[in-house]
Amino acid sequence: MSGLIFAIELAYWQQTLIKVLVAAVLIPTTALILGIVFLFKMMSWMQSRMGPQEAGPRGLLQLAADGLKFLQKEDIIPDRADRFVFKAAPVVVLASTFLTYVILPAGPDLVIENLPTGIFFAMAVSSLSVVGVLMAGWASSNKYALMGGLRAGGQLIAYELPLILAVMGVVIQAGSLSMQDIVWAQADGSMFGFGGLGLPFVITQVLAFFIFMAAIQAELTQPPFDMPVAESEVVGGFHVEYTGFRFLFFFLGEFATAFAFAAIAATLFLGGWWVPGVDPNSALANVVGPIALFVKIMVVAFLIFWFRFTYPRFREDQLQRFAWKYLIPLALANITITGILVVVL
Amino acid sequence: MTVTDSQKMAYVAAQAADARVNLQFETEDGMTLNMGPQHPATHGTLRIVAQLDGEQVVRCEPIPGYMHRGYEKLCEVRTYPQVTTLINRIDWLGSFANEVPFILAAEKLMDVEAPPRAQVIRTILFELSRLGNISLFLGDLGIQLGGITIGFYAFRDREFVLNQIEAATGGRFHPNFDRIGGLKDDLPKGWIAETHLAMERMRRLCDEFEELVLGNEIFQARTRGIGVIPTDIATSYGMSGANLRATGVDWDLRRDACPPGLSYDLADWKVWTHPDGDSYARTWIRLQEVRESTHIVDQLLDSIPAGPIMAKVPRIIKVPEGEAWVATENPLGEMGYYVVSKGDLVPFRVKIRSASFNNISVVPWVTRGVFVPDVITILASLYFILGDIDR
Repeated sequence: MSGLIFAIELAYWQQTLIKVLVAAVLIPTTALILGIVFLFKMMSWMQSRMGPQEAGPRGLLQLAADGLKFLQKEDIIPDRADRFVFKAAPVVVLASTFLTYVILPAGPDLVIENLPTGIFFAMAVSSLSVVGVLMAGWASSNKYALMGGLRAGGQLIAYELPLILAVMGVVIQAGSLSMQDIVWAQADGSMFGFGGLGLPFVITQVLAFFIFMAAIQAELTQPPFDMPVAESEVVGGFHVEYTGFRFLFFFLGEFATAFAFAAIAATLFLGGWWVPGVDPNSALANVVGPIALFVKIMVVAFLIFWFRFTYPRFREDQLQRFAWKYLIPLALANITITGILVVVL
Repeated sequence: MTVTDSQKMAYVAAQAADARVNLQFETEDGMTLNMGPQHPATHGTLRIVAQLDGEQVVRCEPIPGYMHRGYEKLCEVRTYPQVTTLINRIDWLGSFANEVPFILAAEKLMDVEAPPRAQVIRTILFELSRLGNISLFLGDLGIQLGGITIGFYAFRDREFVLNQIEAATGGRFHPNFDRIGGLKDDLPKGWIAETHLAMERMRRLCDEFEELVLGNEIFQARTRGIGVIPTDIATSYGMSGANLRATGVDWDLRRDACPPGLSYDLADWKVWTHPDGDSYARTWIRLQEVRESTHIVDQLLDSIPAGPIMAKVPRIIKVPEGEAWVATENPLGEMGYYVVSKGDLVPFRVKIRSASFNNISVVPWVTRGVFVPDVITILASLYFILGDIDR
């Protein structure tokens, strides 16, 4: 795995600087791309309306304009709010998203940190956002925010379990927790002896894929599982009291998290950076890899946002019932079947 | 501006009523959630105070009055033709339908009858305003339940109906078109064909709604068995319109007690009822109502007789002494005007009976023990317009 791109030896501080810069540029950019492509354009086409038109060519700079608008706004903190917790909450939410990006491989050598327990790390830090949401809900001293925060807490905890159990199936089949190894397992796999297309785990783990998609929909608090932020019920939920750039943090965090989860799903189930026909050991894979990963992420994100625009929302108790009575047993069954088949075959 | 004693008293009374509710709810156990007057689910300024146990509603009380504009009193200082401008704003989504019962009451007092052509066109416009109103309900229900796509579809297709109303009356939202003894103007050229197309469009919206919302499992889980109102409760609270038909009562003023001046007898349609009485039934009834309404319009468009648009009415309208009550089946339910005349240019007293006030009065009964999201569903499916509650 000696790619040409990173053949240059770098000092530790130089590597760190590059990684920080990549993260600082990458995360807002990806959030913007998702926001523009899906939230603005795809949503408006699905709903037979125009979408933004004025800011930039075909309204492409709308989100940048919105971001600038948020930065100008007054930063209001409610009188009776717990000021420190109130200020810290958006940072915690965004930090959990930032940390998820650390383990995402975009090529054989293009990974910020190739942890041997990559997917475990991703699941662990992504559940950190619950803490931030609960902090925001509690510190706002607002009943709607409190209800939204508690709903989010209950929901995110209920959906961590199917999420992790769905990932377990993939991990059993790949035989590793490392994101890179999972990609390699898909690249080296074969379908009925035909290795040209590799073996994207979406084919063998189709049940896990659907459970994973449902669970990330709940993790992202998007319809049909958006009751923590339901506009018509709790008026925005935990971020009802936030204005200006703190609200921007939540907003950015939402899309950056969507992008991160789409990337995890693309890596686990669609083969990540690997493309059929490109030798994963060659330097070319480092060039094609990010593009392939991006295309796959967009496919997954399309699914996520498609659900979002189609379904009405569940009720809180119905959501819990859905998680505990259907998703978790199905995920456990999937693990059992995968385990048996891995041993037998 | 000086404040009169009665205004002071009214202010004190309002404050006291507010304080009573606050005190009552705050001193008991649990959490009190104050929804509104500004809340997305109350489409305007309805205030709902709910006492919660966790997410469950123990007690819930709607507090209307934040948009009270004193229309009944204002009617008393306006001449009969001027009143229609005012009452357009009661149910602002189906404005033309508000004018009709008042005009019919005045016609009844004056003993005038509109010519047949005016009657048919009046009925068509009445139904168009019903379509404009209920199609927004279909979209709004989706928005309240989190599926915003159908909301945009409804707004898109509703535009075709509003265009037809605008083409005929000149006013998109507030036509102010109905006159004592007829209508202001005749129809423009090509209007009938275009309205047929708009009706086709509305039927397509109904099909889309049925597929996207009514057939959706999540929607059914959210509405079936939620907010069940039995027949006797519905009748004792004075509910009317689709909310009453959803409890199984086969009652429609258009068919059962159509006042003279509207020509529903020329059309052949069905009044749908649903036995369940839950939120789903109310939605389903309204969907069928839109469908039947498009059929009524289609049939009436083909049977508009030739003739004048106005009867012989004096220029300065003085209504002879007497009292009249006329009620029609408006988009939101039964709407009636009780007009008392002393033979003046202006009515002596106008009592407005609008449907939404009675329809939301059942909220405390029906929301006992439900969850907070269900309150939203119930409010959305009961379908009220704030102007129609507060007048």
